[in-house]
Amino acid sequence: MAGAAECGGGSVALVELSRVERDMEIAAIRRLLHDKLGAAVGVVEEGPHYESIRIDDDAVERAAMLLRDTPELRFDCLSNLSGCDYPGRGAIDIVYDLYSYEFDRSLVLRVSTRRGDPLVDSVERVWPAANWLEREVFDLLGVRFRGHSDLRRILLPEDWVGHPLRKDYVEPEQYHGISTVRESMLGIRSGS
Amino acid sequence: MSVEIEFTDDHGSAGGFATEEMTLNMGPQHPSTHGVLRFVVKADGEVMRRAVPDVGYLHRSIEKIAEKVGWHGFMPYTDRVDYVAAMTCNQAWAMAAESLGGVEVPRRAEYCRVIAAELGRICSHLLAFGAMGMDIGAFTPFTHAIREREMINDLLEELCGARLTFNYLRIGGVAWDLPPDYAHKVLRFLDRFIPLVDEFDDLLSNNKIYIERLADVAVISPEMAIAYNLVGPNLRASGVDYDLRRDRPYSVYPDFDFTVPVGKGTWGSVGDCWERYIVRLHEMRESAKIVRQALEGLPGGPVIAKVRRNFKPPAGEVHIRVETPRGDQSWYVVSDGSERPYRVHIRTGSFSAMSIIESLSNGLMIADLVALIASLDVVAPEVDR
Repeated sequence: MAGAAECGGGSVALVELSRVERDMEIAAIRRLLHDKLGAAVGVVEEGPHYESIRIDDDAVERAAMLLRDTPELRFDCLSNLSGCDYPGRGAIDIVYDLYSYEFDRSLVLRVSTRRGDPLVDSVERVWPAANWLEREVFDLLGVRFRGHSDLRRILLPEDWVGHPLRKDYVEPEQYHGISTVRESMLGIRSGS
Repeated sequence: MSVEIEFTDDHGSAGGFATEEMTLNMGPQHPSTHGVLRFVVKADGEVMRRAVPDVGYLHRSIEKIAEKVGWHGFMPYTDRVDYVAAMTCNQAWAMAAESLGGVEVPRRAEYCRVIAAELGRICSHLLAFGAMGMDIGAFTPFTHAIREREMINDLLEELCGARLTFNYLRIGGVAWDLPPDYAHKVLRFLDRFIPLVDEFDDLLSNNKIYIERLADVAVISPEMAIAYNLVGPNLRASGVDYDLRRDRPYSVYPDFDFTVPVGKGTWGSVGDCWERYIVRLHEMRESAKIVRQALEGLPGGPVIAKVRRNFKPPAGEVHIRVETPRGDQSWYVVSDGSERPYRVHIRTGSFSAMSIIESLSNGLMIADLVALIASLDVVAPEVDR
């Protein structure tokens, strides 16, 4: 595996350098948010691949506004917004992947909302890109966004029942008389 | 577009023509909508007041499938995320799994990936070029573009056996090494192809009718492009000089010398439909440069790392960003340490591009909506996944 050894050296050094820079920055960003928003800003959470700042579900919009408008930060772009269901701890996590074109810097925010009644501040007024991204999370995970201008399903039909990316979702047998189960040509019933 | 029209509720009232807004349905089956998607258009004669996209017709629940099929098994499904540029979707998934599992990819495999991805980019931009001409009313350029695209399809077929849904990449490398004499064949194609790009320029780019239809139409400012998270060629056409391959380099892109074309406002404004078109044309030349350098500098060694059949990356999550032909595709992948991904979320370039159309539609002609969709190079399945 001579080829593999060659490629290792350069890229590993790069990763470590950016990791050091990132560690300093994320702590400073958290401090700045904490000064303005107080207890709504949680700790910096370490992950194996990146760190994120935890925010309360009703402080996201204010935090987003600060992150976008503070001259030293200028997170002008919401690169991605994803939801993930964790029934084990009764929560749905919303993960915001922010990016600043001015400073070439990324930041991840994380919000946990209760699975029974998931409700999070919308950031649509801060980043218009959030309009469709939040609609998608609403559609597939059933999270409602407070203050969203047009919260309706985006990928699934309006009359679809349930939110398929919930871990406890059970696929309906049929949709308007159309079977959702396909008989296997090998005589094995499909589906899990 | 600057005609002032008064709205009245009572039909045919005194004082001239009474007008009424029409609600038109465009799609889901419409040749110019680049896949199955639908617009509800509120129009005042030929001028639109609002065009509301209705997407989801091609939703195949790819993210849900990921949670069922396992890490290796998901690779062919990534082809279907954006089947016009499947290579780069393969690449994003491979990078996500490798990043989570700490897999080191052999250098030769990275070169193979770049060669395949950049050939795929030329393919995708050729289709965008041809379809754009056709949407504006010029049929001939499409046939020229498709002829060249067929040749790249032949090359990619020789590489991996498929012409559209490649399934060429593997977690840890690529499925097969380059076939014998491959470099020679690709270089021979590029020698023939690059003069043809100049011909495309003569044929279409600077055609008077074409410019009239596209220059200053649906202008997107750099601020608006960033706020709506436009990516890739659409972002660069608005004057934002940003390309992940150069600015957040991954794979072996730092090894190559290429320039990033940015919108200049040649015939109209920066960020108009014509700029979005021309950026793609220039990018084909740059991709050809990258392929040439990759073939010339191709290192030896294996093309795939040793990865366990029962691949179980440790618990964790990654954000992967890859520059596809439709721009920065962002993958959020969560592993819980099991043999199946816990969550996969893909934010695609077409998704962002579709979401900006409603806010641009007020005041555009209905015919310009077709130009706008084509210039944003929207691929409907990539919106719906």
